[in-house]
Amino acid sequence: MSFIRTGIDKSQGSGVAAPATIRSEGTRLVRAGFIPLVDASVLIAASEFGFAAREGVQLDLVKDVSWANIRDRLAFRQFDIAHMLAPMPVASALGLGSNPSPVIAPFSLGRGGNAITLSVQLYRRCQAKADLGGRENALTNAKALKLVIEEMRSNGEALPVLGMTYPFSSHNYELRYWLAAGGIHPDHDVKLVVVPPPMTSDALSAGAIDGFCVGAPWNMVAVARGVGRIVAVKEDIWPSSPEKVIGTRPEWAEQNPETLSRLIVALDHAAAWCDIPDNRRELAQVLAEQRYLDASAEIVHRVLLGEFTIDPDGTERTVPEYFSFHRDAANFPWTSQAQWIFSQMVRWGQVAYAPETSRQVLTAFRPDLYRNALGSRSDVPVDDLRVEGGAMDDGFIDGEVFNPQDIPAYLAGFDIQTSQPKSPEQTEI
Amino acid sequence: MHAQKSGMKTALSIMIFDENRIRASIIEEGLREAGHDRVVVIHDIVGLARQIEVIGPDVIVIDIETPNRDMLEHLFQLTRSVRKPIAMFVDRSDSSSIEAAVEAGVSAYVVDGLKKERVKPILDMAVSRFKAFSRLQQELADAKSALEERKIIERAKGILMKSRKLSEDDAYALLRQTAMNEKKKLADIAQSVVMAAAILEG
Repeated sequence: MSFIRTGIDKSQGSGVAAPATIRSEGTRLVRAGFIPLVDASVLIAASEFGFAAREGVQLDLVKDVSWANIRDRLAFRQFDIAHMLAPMPVASALGLGSNPSPVIAPFSLGRGGNAITLSVQLYRRCQAKADLGGRENALTNAKALKLVIEEMRSNGEALPVLGMTYPFSSHNYELRYWLAAGGIHPDHDVKLVVVPPPMTSDALSAGAIDGFCVGAPWNMVAVARGVGRIVAVKEDIWPSSPEKVIGTRPEWAEQNPETLSRLIVALDHAAAWCDIPDNRRELAQVLAEQRYLDASAEIVHRVLLGEFTIDPDGTERTVPEYFSFHRDAANFPWTSQAQWIFSQMVRWGQVAYAPETSRQVLTAFRPDLYRNALGSRSDVPVDDLRVEGGAMDDGFIDGEVFNPQDIPAYLAGFDIQTSQPKSPEQTEI
Repeated sequence: MHAQKSGMKTALSIMIFDENRIRASIIEEGLREAGHDRVVVIHDIVGLARQIEVIGPDVIVIDIETPNRDMLEHLFQLTRSVRKPIAMFVDRSDSSSIEAAVEAGVSAYVVDGLKKERVKPILDMAVSRFKAFSRLQQELADAKSALEERKIIERAKGILMKSRKLSEDDAYALLRQTAMNEKKKLADIAQSVVMAAAILEG
């Protein structure tokens, strides 16, 4: 008789794993925190497909459950680097949030990935109200929602509750941008709440929220479950809109310049690999694993290809550039994009505008570190900043153009915004 | 979080947010024993925002594994009239207590400006109670798995006794010998036997 070799699985599920703490002399172990999202692809691919190892970097990837944890564990030296929302380093530079310790972003993890989903019920109401056939663009959908909100208000109904991920997130600013483009005031006409992305489908089907803006694959999951209807994707709002970055402590970058350079080279190679459509099935399979996204490989693959079912009725949409991991300098940390994030923080009353505040933002994104590692290549931009949204294929949904040199003039062009209230006094208790 | 007038040293108001009721009550008890009588325990995220607004805690102790921390961040961003809460620790140079807290799974918010000697004992208490709780949980899991292992070994013995016509002692000896040869745990080998039998039968 022969025995089948098998072990009893003793692993116990835990949301937060402990990172390795031993770092021996000479090895370039980099502890990296990440949130299970498709836009962590470049970081995961660097570790899984040998790009980091080739540069002599060993990535210790630690899955986490909240952006607040990511921020704190980076600040408290539990991580060396982390997968972060692009607005997080900007918020830190401005002293915003409950732990604004310095974070810099030397590398952007690519473009794309977000979408806005409404509950099927709310979308059907938009359809009925504005006579939508289902093929309308994101702006038309926003305007239809405005009509429904006006009707709700005059009927005395509760206004829609919309979920996003974090106060300093691309999702918050994109959702607000889309709403405002449709004439909806995000602070008066709807209620914005934070919902952890894996819980969005449940929250939607339970009626706790009426829509949300989160990253992939959660919008598609909501449609697959028959509870959500995608009404806009990031590309509809602004294709170049910054999404996730690699964040690190400035002091870690200063103490480990060689490791950081190698890491950037590894991430660059991984990003180029992720951009090749033929590699995306293999990428999807790894991302889908339990230790990463713990999601359906089939959905992740379709998401990576930008093939969506946007409505449970089977309506399809293809967005070929839904994820750009590398092309067109997708990894370059444009300081103009950090300034755009700052402009949105001002627009929505998170911080007041001042020229010196705008200068503070310059410490958040570090194109100089990106160039140090990859500078000799011809596709590395020469400038740190540019006018955003001016290119034909890279416009904002409302046709505005962002000039980082004149933020007050840019903001003066928006009718819908929220002013910054006064901050309370500080005393020791 | 409520603003308090400087100089007035009222008892600190502490909120424990933990979906695990048992762990929350263990921490609550510890804090009460240490003389804190303004302790509130919240289990459910629904209504948490309102509770924070009404109670205005000076310290919030929260499980680090809950994704709801991001919801709190949003809440703190919105409530501007109140004191600014800061994440986790009063003294960020104290890296050993930070590490201990993260390892124990504790996170906390503390109103800015609160003296660290007032907060540290609270956090230390939460950390030690979190640790005690996971130790208990581990002991329980170990006891459970020891029981499971014994059950599976019994089943494997029974299978071998029947299929190989062995005595109970010989069946056990065969399992042990195989485990030693294959450098595996006895329970793992027993599991293989049970699986193999199930497949052959099925």
